[in-house]
Amino acid sequence: MLEIRDAVKSYGAVQALRGASLQVEPSEIVALLGDNGAGKSTLVKAISGVHRLDAGDLLLEGEPATFRSPVDAREHGIETLHQDLSLFDNLSAVANFHIARELRGPRGLGRLGLLRERAMERAWREQLERLGVRILDPRQEVGVMSGGQRQAVAVLRAVAFARRLVILDEPTAALGVRESRQVLDLVSRLPDQGIAVLLISHNLEQVAAVADRAVVLRQGRSVGQAVPTADNHETLVSLIVGAGAGP
Amino acid sequence: MSALADRVDRASGGSRERAARVGLRIVQAGPVLILAVVALAMSLLSPFFLTERNLTNLGFQTSIVAVLALGQLLVILTRGIDLSVGAVVALSGVLGVMAGDSGPVVVLAMALTGALVGAVNGLVLVKGRVMNPFIVTLGTLSIVRGAALVVSDAQTVTGLPPLVLTLGTGLAGPIPVPALLVAVLAVLAWILLARTQWGRWIYAVGGQPDAARRVGIPVDRVLISVYVLCGLAAGIAGLLVAGRTDAGAPTAGQLLELDAITAVIIGGASFFGGRGSVGNVVAGALIIGVIRNGLNLLDVTPFWQSIAVGTLVIASLELDVLRGYLEQRLRAAQTRSAEA
Repeated sequence: MLEIRDAVKSYGAVQALRGASLQVEPSEIVALLGDNGAGKSTLVKAISGVHRLDAGDLLLEGEPATFRSPVDAREHGIETLHQDLSLFDNLSAVANFHIARELRGPRGLGRLGLLRERAMERAWREQLERLGVRILDPRQEVGVMSGGQRQAVAVLRAVAFARRLVILDEPTAALGVRESRQVLDLVSRLPDQGIAVLLISHNLEQVAAVADRAVVLRQGRSVGQAVPTADNHETLVSLIVGAGAGP
Repeated sequence: MSALADRVDRASGGSRERAARVGLRIVQAGPVLILAVVALAMSLLSPFFLTERNLTNLGFQTSIVAVLALGQLLVILTRGIDLSVGAVVALSGVLGVMAGDSGPVVVLAMALTGALVGAVNGLVLVKGRVMNPFIVTLGTLSIVRGAALVVSDAQTVTGLPPLVLTLGTGLAGPIPVPALLVAVLAVLAWILLARTQWGRWIYAVGGQPDAARRVGIPVDRVLISVYVLCGLAAGIAGLLVAGRTDAGAPTAGQLLELDAITAVIIGGASFFGGRGSVGNVVAGALIIGVIRNGLNLLDVTPFWQSIAVGTLVIASLELDVLRGYLEQRLRAAQTRSAEA
């Protein structure tokens, strides 16, 4: 469904990507692994439309595609949860959920259209139901929520609006054990909805629990992939740190 | 996540959390409460305060600052500030007298003058990559004030069409026409901010500018729009000033920008952007008006008015700090209940 071939990207003198390739099939959960500075975030930013690649191909459903902006990527059904969450502390949970996609009317008024708050709350509840999540007062400001609740709102926003692929960059970073498991449960249910997942995580156990396949980046190159089972743990670790670095 | 929700629901009965929630409500209603207290105090201290004549007078005195404050609120919500509005009052007045004898033409010319200066502010801020509204509007303050002096040859010219005089001094029964104008503008501003998509984006841009860009909000256009509207409000305030004095004076409106900013701050809007409401800002303008008017009635020298207003500004900032503290308490309570 989504394929990246030989991606190259430099920031000034720093080569962040030097030939990374990645493929995600429909309804597949792919983990993207790698040490700090391996190029995971850069690759993710290319897919989500934040940056453009210097060289290499991005194929969507086999067709060459370029995402000029995050909005462009989203219009192609790709949602991203960035590490900073991109939440608005001064807005309610439901306002954050719908931000820049507000339901409004009447049609002729365009962006000066009136917000349809009740319809937005209904849509929020419907999405929670669809995703098997029941949380939070939709009118509460995100700024007064706990870290886990904030993360939940951000994850929900990414997941609810994705049609093809959702990219989750360390979705459990701020969470405790129990909340992490809840997020992972949610992720593992997404393929049933026809949505693929690209999961960036440092936690190999979490990856083993949900991912169908793990792709490893090292120094800007894709160096291998494996099915992330407990048996493959050692293989993945040596791919991440580099074969020569082992004892 | 449903287990989490159950715990959150149960924990929200916690008394400390409830106290923080109630405290937050009170802080949010702060400006209206302060206005009630100040007005009550003045009515007890002076038998003249609640007379029809004095309230009418108060309406005239407050409306100019209130119009400017409504515009300033939009800008401050986006973490900005507009220092040029006092100078715009002067320039629009001067150009208004030059615009001829037709009421509608003069009104249009003055409003457009304001919107145009606002557009310059917004465009320089966004396209010039200066991104410092204090410096940009400090510059336009000086330029616009200078332009008013150049255009008018530093002369005050009297004589405005009846429409403008009515807007500045007219009465509808006991209610001043400028106060009615404030009411209309306040309702429009409230609809924009609280009910439209664009208004939601104004709050989003002020709350988290980087995130706003990432989720696809046209941040630059939102910024330009608030400066245009703030300039428009300044042009309308210029109408009221010119109408009230029946003159276009190049020195009019000096330091009015500070009154407007003061009203917004006393009205509980956060200087750090993203927080503030129309109702509270109108209350803020009224608080300043009531303090000045009441102390006048009590024969207190104007010097004390200045000290009283200044004290209130600092107290309002402390209220903003208290709001932050209460929100932190709530967040901590929710984190505790999530981990329990």
